[in-house]
Amino acid sequence: MELSLFQYLIRRALQSGVVLLVTGLIAFSMFRFVGDPVENMMGQERTDADIELLREKLGLNDPFFIQYWNFLADAAQGDLGISFRQGRPVVEVLIERLPATIELASVSAFLAIIVGITLGVYVAIKPFGWITNTVLTVSLIGVSLPTFLIGIMLIYLFAVELSWLPSFGRGETVQIGWWSTGLLTVSGVKAIILPAVTLGLYQMTMIMRLVRSEMSEVLNSDFIRFARSRGLPEQKINFRHALKNTLVPVITVTGLQLGSIIAFAIITETVFQWPGLGLLFIDSVQFVDIPIMASYLMFISLMFVSINLIVDILYVMIDPRLRIGEAS
Amino acid sequence: MLLAIENLTIRYPSRFGDFTAVDDASLHLDRGEVLGIVGESGAGKSTIGNAIMGLLQAPGKMVGGSIIFDGQRLDLLSKKELISLRGKKVGMIFQDPMTSLNPLETIEAQLLETVLLHSDLSKADAKLRALELLSEVGISAPAERIKQFPHEFSGGMRQRVVIALVLAGNPDLIIADEPTTALDVSIQATILKLIRTLCHHKNVGVILVTHDMAVIAETTDRVAVMHRGKIVETDNTKSLIASPKHAYTKALISAVPPSNRRIDRFTHVDFAKDRHDRKSIDLKSHWVGKEVYEPAAEKELLKVQNLTKVFNARSSIFSPKRESTLAVDNVTFSILDGETYGIVGESGSGKSTIARLISGIHKPTDGSVLFDGLDLLNGIKSVQDKKKKRKIQMIFQDPYSSLNGRMRVEQIISEPLLLGGFEGSKAELQQLVYDLLFLVELESGAASKYPHAFSGGQRQRISIARALASRPKFLICDEPTSALDVSIQAQILNLLRDLQQRLNLTYLFISHDLPVMRQVCDRIAVMKNGSLVEECPAEEIFTSPQHSYTKDLIRLMPKFER
Amino acid sequence: MIEGWREFVRSNFIYSFSRAPVAIGSFVIASSLILFAIAAPFISPYTPYDPATLNLMNGFSAPLAPNAFTGDVFIFGSDDQGRDILSTILFGMRISLFVGFSAVFLAMILGVALGLVAAMAGGVIDAIIMRVADIQLSFPSILIAMLIYGIAKGITPPEMRNEVAIWVLILSIGLSDWVQFARVVRGSAMVELQKEYVEAAKLIGVNRVAIAFRHIFPNVVPSVLVIATISLALAIISEATLSFLGVGAPPTQPSLGTLIRIGQGFLFSGEWWIIFFPSLALLLLALSVNLLGDWLRNTLNPNVGIK
Repeated sequence: MELSLFQYLIRRALQSGVVLLVTGLIAFSMFRFVGDPVENMMGQERTDADIELLREKLGLNDPFFIQYWNFLADAAQGDLGISFRQGRPVVEVLIERLPATIELASVSAFLAIIVGITLGVYVAIKPFGWITNTVLTVSLIGVSLPTFLIGIMLIYLFAVELSWLPSFGRGETVQIGWWSTGLLTVSGVKAIILPAVTLGLYQMTMIMRLVRSEMSEVLNSDFIRFARSRGLPEQKINFRHALKNTLVPVITVTGLQLGSIIAFAIITETVFQWPGLGLLFIDSVQFVDIPIMASYLMFISLMFVSINLIVDILYVMIDPRLRIGEAS
Repeated sequence: MLLAIENLTIRYPSRFGDFTAVDDASLHLDRGEVLGIVGESGAGKSTIGNAIMGLLQAPGKMVGGSIIFDGQRLDLLSKKELISLRGKKVGMIFQDPMTSLNPLETIEAQLLETVLLHSDLSKADAKLRALELLSEVGISAPAERIKQFPHEFSGGMRQRVVIALVLAGNPDLIIADEPTTALDVSIQATILKLIRTLCHHKNVGVILVTHDMAVIAETTDRVAVMHRGKIVETDNTKSLIASPKHAYTKALISAVPPSNRRIDRFTHVDFAKDRHDRKSIDLKSHWVGKEVYEPAAEKELLKVQNLTKVFNARSSIFSPKRESTLAVDNVTFSILDGETYGIVGESGSGKSTIARLISGIHKPTDGSVLFDGLDLLNGIKSVQDKKKKRKIQMIFQDPYSSLNGRMRVEQIISEPLLLGGFEGSKAELQQLVYDLLFLVELESGAASKYPHAFSGGQRQRISIARALASRPKFLICDEPTSALDVSIQAQILNLLRDLQQRLNLTYLFISHDLPVMRQVCDRIAVMKNGSLVEECPAEEIFTSPQHSYTKDLIRLMPKFER
Repeated sequence: MIEGWREFVRSNFIYSFSRAPVAIGSFVIASSLILFAIAAPFISPYTPYDPATLNLMNGFSAPLAPNAFTGDVFIFGSDDQGRDILSTILFGMRISLFVGFSAVFLAMILGVALGLVAAMAGGVIDAIIMRVADIQLSFPSILIAMLIYGIAKGITPPEMRNEVAIWVLILSIGLSDWVQFARVVRGSAMVELQKEYVEAAKLIGVNRVAIAFRHIFPNVVPSVLVIATISLALAIISEATLSFLGVGAPPTQPSLGTLIRIGQGFLFSGEWWIIFFPSLALLLLALSVNLLGDWLRNTLNPNVGIK
């Protein structure tokens, strides 16, 4: 059976590869066909001869697939072109902005998971009561409020009125190699709180609702009734039996959702002027900076595909029904 | 006296007023005896079991009476006290073994947890006890199997594990709620025997809740009959079956198909007023009867030759390869015009697949099906052919999924009429629908309603009416009464018999229930794992079975003799 | 027909609706807002997008206070250009709702069609459709919407951009949302296809197209309705977000999101009303539609929290 597990993973990896190639194709098409890259790159003063020269140099006259291949080869080596707007290599820009987004996403994800699961379990175990009602009402509002509005409200309350926390930026950062972290300074930690809460709130709500609905269903299932009839105490039933069975489907869905945190960071970064990849992307959309847009797309795709793969592996490891075949 | 229940009343408040699930019920139980509670669906039998355990489904409430167990008032205990009793003094076996165990934990883990909870044994001793329990319930190679997960066990084995878990606490009272309903007949016999043996050897009291009178006859010492929440009669099992006193009990017993002989009709089944008195329709001149003709003696209406069906499906999400299952293996038989041909088998025998191969839902891998000379697999080309094909109709097992919930009964029945080329006014169409409803003993008011307004038995009647609307010659009945209460089953079987006589229909009757088939079929074919192992006239299957598998089936068949 | 209506009124659906103050409340609020938005040209006190009626001197007027220069009163105050906030909100809601409904409509048509086709055709077609859906699901809809915006911006000449913006917005939200519908419809349809009444229909002689429309489709509708309501709330929020980020409705046809974007600039300088009232309107709109969708989902799926 171990061999089949291996085969399964290989197949998933191949499928992921296909997804990456497709994204690459879309990114590449954007590069070449949206607007004229040469027009975008050269200034006003240029002669037709200059344009032709640049065209040749960029390989724009080659057939489509050769251009695509070159594009992929370059990308694999870390050459993603030059930003139209900033004039610097795209890779340089991406690396510069990456740490900010990763830190923000991680803190948000952490908050969302811990708070989401805790509240979800509580609400499932005690379906009635004022705490539950409050949590459910607040969660509903949380889902109805657009992220940017939450961000603005938080800024207004904590930054403008109370002046406890900063309203924009990362605070002081410490450079470790090529990574710049804001978590080692007091101002950095203060600065990450509001954005992390804003970004994580939606995910927190979704996780809570998912855990609640899954756990409620499990709590009503036959094997829980049977466990009760054997005299097992409520505590054990809730946490040992019900929770484990809840987490299995929760993990898959949550994993996929968390992947989207990196993309949702776009909104939060805009509201808080957080210098990460998201803010970079928005600027690039406004200025039609195709290389940045396309590269961001490929990066997100890579993240998603990796997270999907990890989630699939986790799922298989946890649920014994998938590891061993069913009996007749 | 181990258990004494007096005047128990349980109510469920609902939107339409309170529903009384159990009404003033009284019964008692001694150690070492098996008490059966029998009744049809909705009678309240499971509710009593749940109430004893304190596991009533919300919003049910006990509003009157008392439950005295071993001298203690169970209904007055606090939640904590109840929990301490569960498993240790009172245990419960649930109906569906496929969902009773925690799928993520090994059998060992689940057994250990329960053993340690109810005893002071050390972990090592507890492990030994767990192995002991598995042997007691008849699981072979317990040391290996104990490390496995639930999904690696079959249904019958899982139920044994469930019983082991219940025994782990050494309870004095065991409630078995329909413990074998979800299992095959052959497995059912062994599980029931196990329960009975354990009861007598360990001197525990067992309450066996079931709807199946044959199970009652074979397994219980005493029995209480429930109808609409009330216990209408309690007696020794043998006495009750031989001479029932209450009208409902009489009706119930007369509805059970006897396993020892063939009767003409089920009598006294009107206690449950489900049907409407038949209006007489002169079938000779009516549209429905226009195409009826006398069955030609010895003519082969349906001829099945070398029928084979292989299913290709992925066995798990891992293997990219497709695994093939041989569902039907080279089956050959013929059905004569006017007869009722039965196919009996357990789950996985291929009997339902054969039905679907004949009806055209599945395409066979090999073999041929000839209906009245028409090659069903290749030859349906002309309009005439299609008309002939429509002479094959089917009645299905699940009354709840065999009707489109979003269509009114009138639409459901007129659809085949219109497709069959009915040319008449709207009023004539409606009258025809009413007539078909009369034919299946439903009233005309049913036409404007939706399926959800009807009970299971009534829905089957609607299904029959729909089938009759195509003026069939050949009716495939795929477990048509398996999902119905026994008294409704009797009514439907009576109806099918009447229709066969009036409309000269030929039936293919598929079931797993041998006593039913004895009442209904002229010839019976036995299927096992896709192969047809024996075929002979119905009575001979019961009196002198030839094949070893058939002999086993007859031997393990729950006996209800009257 | 009348019998059907009477049955509906007496049904469980209406019963639990009338017993849930939340559902009634949100239904009332949502409908009122929608009505106001539709009637905007008739009921708004001013015409904020007709340059001829604007007076810069009216700028930054506080709510309910008569303007120092002109004496005009604005119930919710006025913005920097002298536009009445209440009127901009009414017209803004119009845009928000128009985009929301259109996007959901587009997603629904596309998703339901593809879902039904996938379920009924099976095999390769099903596999292709689901693969595409899976790939698209790997990307958050916001991202897809922004990409479509970016591409559209790249290929339209600058002078056309503002006019086309609304349609690009509808297209981008709609195209990113169809997957939900397709999946639910496909799942629901596949469940129905297993049911025995479909077999019966085949035996009677009903052809495949008729089975799809007369039998399968009506049974799939309830799930579609639930998804549609939830999608509407999401669409409204997505639209607001995109407009807030500047990649949605343009300042010439502003939706609530655009208004909030404009107002954010004035939050710190004291003119709080320019952002506050549009935010409130957005909150009410999204919340009421969401509550309705939530209640709808709970009614049709009674597993959670037994009463």
